[in-house]
Amino acid sequence: MSAPDLAGAGTAMAAPEPWAQRLAPTLHRLGVTKGAETRGAVALIGLGLAWLVFAVMLFSNKGVGFGTIIYAILGLGLALWLLRVLTDGRRLVIALPMIWLLLFFLAPFLVVFKVSVAEQLIAQPPYSPLFTWAEGKLQITAHLENYQFLLEDRFYIDAYLTSIRIAAISTILCLFVAYPMAYAIARSSPAWRNTLLMLVILPFWTSFLLRVYAWIGILNNNGVINNFLMWLGVIDEPIVMMQTNFAVYVGIVYSYLPLMILPLYTTLEKLDGTLLEASADLGAGPIRSFLSITLPLSLPGILAGCLLVFIPAVGEYVIPALLGPSDTLMIGRVLWDEFFTGRAWPIASAVAIAMLLFLVAPIMLFRNAQGQTGEER
Amino acid sequence: MSLAQKPKVPGAAARAPWADPDAKPFIRIRNVTKKFGDFVAVNNVSLDIYRSELFCLLGGSGSGKSTLLRMLAGFEQPTSGAIEIEGQDMAGAPPYDRPVNMMFQSYALFPHMSVADNVAYGLKQDGVPRAERDERVAEMLRMVKLEPYGKRRPHQLSGGQRQRVALARALAKRPKLLLLDEPLGALDKKLREETQFELVGIQEKLGTTFIVVTHDQEEAMTLATRIGVMNQGQITQVGEPREIYEYPRSRFVANFIGDVNMFEGRILVDGVDHAVIDSEEAGARIRIGYAVPGREGDPIAVAVRPEKILMGRERPAETENVLSGVVEDISYLGGLSHYRIRLPSGKRVRITQTNRDRHEDPITWEEPVFLSWETPSGVALSS
Repeated sequence: MSAPDLAGAGTAMAAPEPWAQRLAPTLHRLGVTKGAETRGAVALIGLGLAWLVFAVMLFSNKGVGFGTIIYAILGLGLALWLLRVLTDGRRLVIALPMIWLLLFFLAPFLVVFKVSVAEQLIAQPPYSPLFTWAEGKLQITAHLENYQFLLEDRFYIDAYLTSIRIAAISTILCLFVAYPMAYAIARSSPAWRNTLLMLVILPFWTSFLLRVYAWIGILNNNGVINNFLMWLGVIDEPIVMMQTNFAVYVGIVYSYLPLMILPLYTTLEKLDGTLLEASADLGAGPIRSFLSITLPLSLPGILAGCLLVFIPAVGEYVIPALLGPSDTLMIGRVLWDEFFTGRAWPIASAVAIAMLLFLVAPIMLFRNAQGQTGEER
Repeated sequence: MSLAQKPKVPGAAARAPWADPDAKPFIRIRNVTKKFGDFVAVNNVSLDIYRSELFCLLGGSGSGKSTLLRMLAGFEQPTSGAIEIEGQDMAGAPPYDRPVNMMFQSYALFPHMSVADNVAYGLKQDGVPRAERDERVAEMLRMVKLEPYGKRRPHQLSGGQRQRVALARALAKRPKLLLLDEPLGALDKKLREETQFELVGIQEKLGTTFIVVTHDQEEAMTLATRIGVMNQGQITQVGEPREIYEYPRSRFVANFIGDVNMFEGRILVDGVDHAVIDSEEAGARIRIGYAVPGREGDPIAVAVRPEKILMGRERPAETENVLSGVVEDISYLGGLSHYRIRLPSGKRVRITQTNRDRHEDPITWEEPVFLSWETPSGVALSS
């Protein structure tokens, strides 16, 4: 089935030229008009590799069954399309990132989607196949119960709402902390600017997990803050901060702050200083100048920063797991529990797909906003 | 400064406020200095500007003209000295509390607002009611001939249209003083010439005092009632365009404004109403129609404009102001011809002549010629 193709690609690698020459008429017939044989061969090698990765990804958890044929056909169709794209230099430039997205975004997404419409089985893998061959017919079995289940069970809806609420509040907090910082960095002298930006990025050099873990030592009942306040005599007994939503907000704001600062900084740094001078000249004080000039012109940065924080915060698992209360369920936690504890792959996949759909709306919003600002420049 | 040093300017507007010692200046700049660290951008400048003037600050880059303008607008505070507008000391007043508006070199139009909103911005800050605001915006757009463009964004306009929006926005609040930083700098030559006249027309109609910063001497000559020439942070000369051109008071001003021939020499005779200067460079004695500062033997320069020099094949009768040389180069421009004459000393003299006659036998290359000018055409420059 798939073996001859792969073997063909292998021979191409060993002796590209005579092989590629023999292939040339076929290539022409397939729509490769600029018949540079070597280019065709190179394309085929890349193609073979791409197809190999694709195939391995799809078949890894399964023996060769009927589904494999379907996927092989799909894969071959994809391969032929790629061949056309790859042999045109101009299209090649666009094709490379597209292939990347196809392999590492679209393909896994399809796999997850496939699992989400399967039925849970006690088997290896623990879900039913999408394509089956029975009674001489090709059968496609999609189970929508998983999605129905998500809608019916308050548990999931609550988890989604909680996630969105926590992510939204964290995003707004992040914005309020990051804006003055980004503004200060953008207005500082060029010599200082790089140092300050470095300090913003510096935490990324340590493990994310460690940094979140470190907050436990700070927020604990006998952590740094409580010990300090008790030593000062401000409080008699420790304030409970760990395992509260407060700790989750602290963790998210802390962790995602650079993602908010950087886009804000970029727009604020580009802001033309003479616009503020013009505003002052026309009679606007500093606050009014900020509200009517700086703020609207930094809107693209605000939007970008908010999405960069909001989207990962919705699916955040580590921070609520380490710092948050056990009764607040965020969707990341639900996903983990379903997948690993319950081994309910189809439900877990449905949760993941639903979350993705939730987040498509803000992404579209972002793209629209970007399109608009792009038009203005 | 002695009276002798300052030749009387014939034809200077007698009723002009700057010629009237009793007139009260609208803007007084007194001993203003601005330092950025060790760099002195503006050095002890004093200047009076009168109501309804169109005053040009003319100078090269780094001459301090823009810094002076920014101090008037309030974006910079003087290191020392005082600025008064209508008798009010402006020290410490922020830009938004001054009766001054500015038109920026880059126009600084707000990119996220429509043309009409840009023009209305200043009025909105003053809390002008909406109906009146709309009316004023319409009036301003009508003035700059941009009525149909109110709803557009700045990026949808051409350079010349943006320039007019910037002007309309700066004038919308009816400021007493409008500052213009290189207002025509970003326009191409043809548009610049048209806009110069429009700008003067608007200024005359509104009677607003304009201070224009420019590096373009032609622009300054066209626009200004008076010009202040700036060099290295100082104002070297203030006067009407004609005065600046005909009676430059220093080598810098003479060279900066228009073309000039400069003859270095020494004072030979310093009389009560005339002076004679011996110039080796010119290979002649030069007569000046007024007493010059300094003693006999002091070095001095004489400036003569190219169009004031006469050229001929025969030696003129006079003994002074007569040079001889050889035609080195001619450029015929139709209406005008430029000549470059090589003197025996090696100095080149530039001459401009109008081609009034159709010479059958025009002066040509390598022909020996005599140059002369009338005594009042020469200006002696000691600084």
